[in-house]
Amino acid sequence: MKIDSTQPLEYSTEQNRLNILGFWIFLGAEIMLFATLFTSYFVYENRTGSGPGGADIFEITPVLIETILLLTSSFTIGLAIHAMRIQRTKAMLGFFAITLVLGAAFLGVEIYEFIHYYHVGATLQTSAFTGILLTTLGTHGAHVMFGLFWGIFIFIQIKKQGLTPQTANKSFIFSLYWHFLDVMWIFIFSFIYLKGMM
Amino acid sequence: MEFFERFAIPHPSPMIYASMVAIGLVTIAIIVGISYFKKWGYLWNEWLTTTDHKRIGIMYIISALLMLFRGGADAVMMRLQTAVPENTFLDAQHYNEVFTTHGVVMIFFMAMAFIIGLMNYIIPLQIGARDVAFPRLNALSFWLYFAGAMLFNISFVIGGSPDAGWTNYYPLASTDFSTSVGVNYYNWALQISGIGTLMSGINFITTIIKMRAPGMTLMKMPMFVWSALITNIIIVFAFPVLTIALLMGTFDRQFGTFFFASENGGMDMMWANLFWIWGHPEVYILILPAFGIYSQIIATFSERNLYGYTSMVVSMVAISLLSFLVWVHHFFTMGHDAMTNSIFSITTMAIAVPTGIKIFNWLLTMWKGKIRFTTPMLYSIAFIPLFTIGGVTGVMLAIASADYQYHNTMFLVAHFHNVIIPGVVFAMIAGLIYWWPKMFGFMLNEKIGKWAFWFIVVGFCFSFFPMYITGLDGQARRMYTYSEATGFGPLSMLSFFGASLLAAGFAIIVYNIYYSFRNAPRNIGDDPWNARSLEWATHNPVPEYNFAVTPEVVSSEALWDAKKRGHNLFKDKIEKIHMPNNTGWPIIMAGLFFVFGFSFVFFIWAGVILSGLAILGCMAYRSFEKDDGRYISVEEIKETEDKFGGANE
Amino acid sequence: MKRKWTLLAFIFTIVTVLTGCEPLLVLDPKGPQAATTANVIWISIITMAVIVIVVIVMLTNMLLKYRASKQPDDYEPPHIKGNPIVEGIIVGVPILIVAFLSVVSVISTYQVEATPEGYEDQEPLVIYASSSNWKWHFSYPEQDIETVNYLFLPTNQAIEFRLYSHGTISSFWIPQLAGQKYAMADMVNTLHVVADVPGEYIGRNANFNGEGFAENKFNVTAMPQEEFDQWVDDIQATAEPITEEIFDELIEPGHLGQMTFTGTHLDFAPAPEGENGGHNHGSPADSDEDNSEQEQETGYNESDHHNH
Repeated sequence: MKIDSTQPLEYSTEQNRLNILGFWIFLGAEIMLFATLFTSYFVYENRTGSGPGGADIFEITPVLIETILLLTSSFTIGLAIHAMRIQRTKAMLGFFAITLVLGAAFLGVEIYEFIHYYHVGATLQTSAFTGILLTTLGTHGAHVMFGLFWGIFIFIQIKKQGLTPQTANKSFIFSLYWHFLDVMWIFIFSFIYLKGMM
Repeated sequence: MEFFERFAIPHPSPMIYASMVAIGLVTIAIIVGISYFKKWGYLWNEWLTTTDHKRIGIMYIISALLMLFRGGADAVMMRLQTAVPENTFLDAQHYNEVFTTHGVVMIFFMAMAFIIGLMNYIIPLQIGARDVAFPRLNALSFWLYFAGAMLFNISFVIGGSPDAGWTNYYPLASTDFSTSVGVNYYNWALQISGIGTLMSGINFITTIIKMRAPGMTLMKMPMFVWSALITNIIIVFAFPVLTIALLMGTFDRQFGTFFFASENGGMDMMWANLFWIWGHPEVYILILPAFGIYSQIIATFSERNLYGYTSMVVSMVAISLLSFLVWVHHFFTMGHDAMTNSIFSITTMAIAVPTGIKIFNWLLTMWKGKIRFTTPMLYSIAFIPLFTIGGVTGVMLAIASADYQYHNTMFLVAHFHNVIIPGVVFAMIAGLIYWWPKMFGFMLNEKIGKWAFWFIVVGFCFSFFPMYITGLDGQARRMYTYSEATGFGPLSMLSFFGASLLAAGFAIIVYNIYYSFRNAPRNIGDDPWNARSLEWATHNPVPEYNFAVTPEVVSSEALWDAKKRGHNLFKDKIEKIHMPNNTGWPIIMAGLFFVFGFSFVFFIWAGVILSGLAILGCMAYRSFEKDDGRYISVEEIKETEDKFGGANE
Repeated sequence: MKRKWTLLAFIFTIVTVLTGCEPLLVLDPKGPQAATTANVIWISIITMAVIVIVVIVMLTNMLLKYRASKQPDDYEPPHIKGNPIVEGIIVGVPILIVAFLSVVSVISTYQVEATPEGYEDQEPLVIYASSSNWKWHFSYPEQDIETVNYLFLPTNQAIEFRLYSHGTISSFWIPQLAGQKYAMADMVNTLHVVADVPGEYIGRNANFNGEGFAENKFNVTAMPQEEFDQWVDDIQATAEPITEEIFDELIEPGHLGQMTFTGTHLDFAPAPEGENGGHNHGSPADSDEDNSEQEQETGYNESDHHNH
């Protein structure tokens, strides 16, 4: 395998460069996926049937906590990648771990939020609106969950193997994924929660 | 419902029982046969675990041909049932299942697989690459497609086939009106193979952008590569829409949500919109690669360069953009205001302009050429007028007011078969015959091939042209029977006759493969067609590493430059070549996806959870696995090259 | 190539013979809306035929002139990149054709979506056409009568069909009078129709909606106004009134012959429009309808779907 040392580690082999481009294209597909969910959400937004509307069930506190947790985790994964670039494995692992913990906390609050919806009578089977709301949030949450497992695996690999072109490449791609989830959450926050509560 | 009852076929008939027995016997025969000849090891090591784009391509094509015969059998059954008025060969429910599976199998499991198969084999060769960007992902894509196809196909012996049409409109497809598990199969089979298709799309875009041979700028790519690039971009943007639509459908049917229901805020029109936002680009996913294939074949057998290369590229880009802006024309009659219908009517007709450019470019490619009437060329020549007829009837359908009369009639059926068969199917057959020597090192017999061609072209005309007339006479599509008073009888009989000719044509193609395998000479050299593009600059059949030396090209017709202008394609010396290792994980994961889908269809939650966890486990294993591939040594390469006559040094 | 021409000639003959025998329904209009679409179809067929002929002539020319057997062995075709003028023509001409047809399309689409010309000042006769598996229910609110699977229309009278469905999406289509339009469960679509000529016409559901789809059709009789009024009076005198129980039975899946009632089902099961519409907001106002739908569904699930 040819290693090009003029490039950052995560870009240093041909396969690494292919992986990163491929992942960007995958994110393009993910954008379409979420765009379809958002479009459906806007269609069903006022079609609440006999169930509650957004303003009736949204609670600002957990949503704000989730937002802060996820935004912070997006920042820390950025720091982790920065540490990786300057070859500080320990600092990188530290920030990586913080990111994962914040992600897990986010997920915890989201689960609390879902339980709340269940208690106020907003389930998948309540109306088209609650269905699409929970599907959109759930799709994002499932992505975070998947990211957590993935991140743990990468964390273990860096711990074991150190920073190699492979692990650096995986971490960088993971950071792209994590930033993407953050951006999607900003959309969810603005167009689902804020718009719904206004 | 009792647990075991749901696996039963809701509408058993002797024919289905016979198929069950046939499937069982064939499966046993295959297993016994492979064991008897001790081929399990060969099969596993050389094919099932391969990451070689060429072998994956061939497996795609074999699967596509199998699906062609499954879908073709459905088609013949439909034509037979409607050949005479008041026929009782199939009952209504059975007929509904047959046309539903015909549509799904032909679009998803035949046409998609065929184009992806050809892309797999040809694209890396045409850009001078050793493989695709992600060879393992490529294997996974194939096996996911295959798992989806198998899941769909077992529906008719376990639990019942979907019966709401391939468009699967709600509320007809909801549990209120489609009570068997058929539509669950539809959702999961398409979901699983759709994931595979999406990953193929990512794979090919990366491959084409990053792995082209030195000198091959974007505007020096062969036209098939351009068509594949644009197609895969459409795949990446269109398929996620289908993913969500299928997910919502699954939730409606299996978790009691109201997305497409008529109450509690649901909206049946939403399915139609989402389906066609994916569905119309899908049409171009199928036809653009076909355009690419025709461009290669027509240029080769006219012995001329492709006329208007730039306008070909620009028109394909225009088509791909427009393809996302026309979906409403599939339901002009849904009650939009005249303004909405007018806008979508105009965008739809606008597609005729770039398509027309292409037709004229092909005609001008023949101009001043030296046309050889080989079998692939015959299909391409027949394609031009027949596709033009299909295209202009598309423009007729695009006129919203007139569509109120064509919609849901046999006129529409005639139209889309008239674009898909001469457009896509002819291209696939032509491409298969054209690239056959590339894949297998011998040519298909031209004489038998031409017989098949005439059967297929004539059969096509007889099958579908009568439908234009019965459509204008008020025959709705998807009717399992009609009364004698309607007067559809004679033309429907003619259509059945055409379908029989088509079936015979495909049988002749199969015979041709057998005949040529037995009799065709193997010493055909590297360039049997006097071709122009880069894939013909290596040997037939292609060695594992594709090119011993990475070629350097100066135009889209690399081989032609080498032959006529003395351009040296292979300047470097042979060096060791890095290749990916085989891996069993893709087929195992796809098997787990099959179990997952099957369990979900039947609400077997234990199976869903276990297979779901196993899939995640596979991904975890894959994350930790270290596999740097292997190298083919210089001696080994030289040995192989010598065997082919060492032409490339 | 000869075989292909014989074949095309053969098909052409079949077409002419068949169209000669009996006019195709869509091209044999009996009302202004269908006449508009028939004209549009003819215009487009002729325009498109020109394109097809041009392509076939060009193709034949290329094949005859430039086939290898006609060329000397040492002939080497030239390398031709493209020519701005030629490419201008192959872009420009299709654009002109498409522009022309776009104008035709827009004008005619507005026409068929409105009350036909000459009938604008008439008060239209409103008929609700609602579909259930696999029947059509026609309610005449002004006349206060309801029919199943047959339709009587006065000629030279603007008619406004209001279409909706009691379940699956159906498509209301009387080819000789007007193009089709969908009938759906959560909204009402409008179709404007006028019959010029008295006579019997075929009507059907054109959109696949399950097992009984093939038989999902109805008869249309157009007659002068006096006869129509006579028919209404006869029904008022003879038919039984429709009740909620009878109607619930009627919309069970299955086939029915032609039936006639006084009164309409709209009184107890209103169409999904206005405040009853499911389309805008699922407001509690339509709880009545929800209930009836719920009942219908439960009945549906318990009885065997395919048992009718």
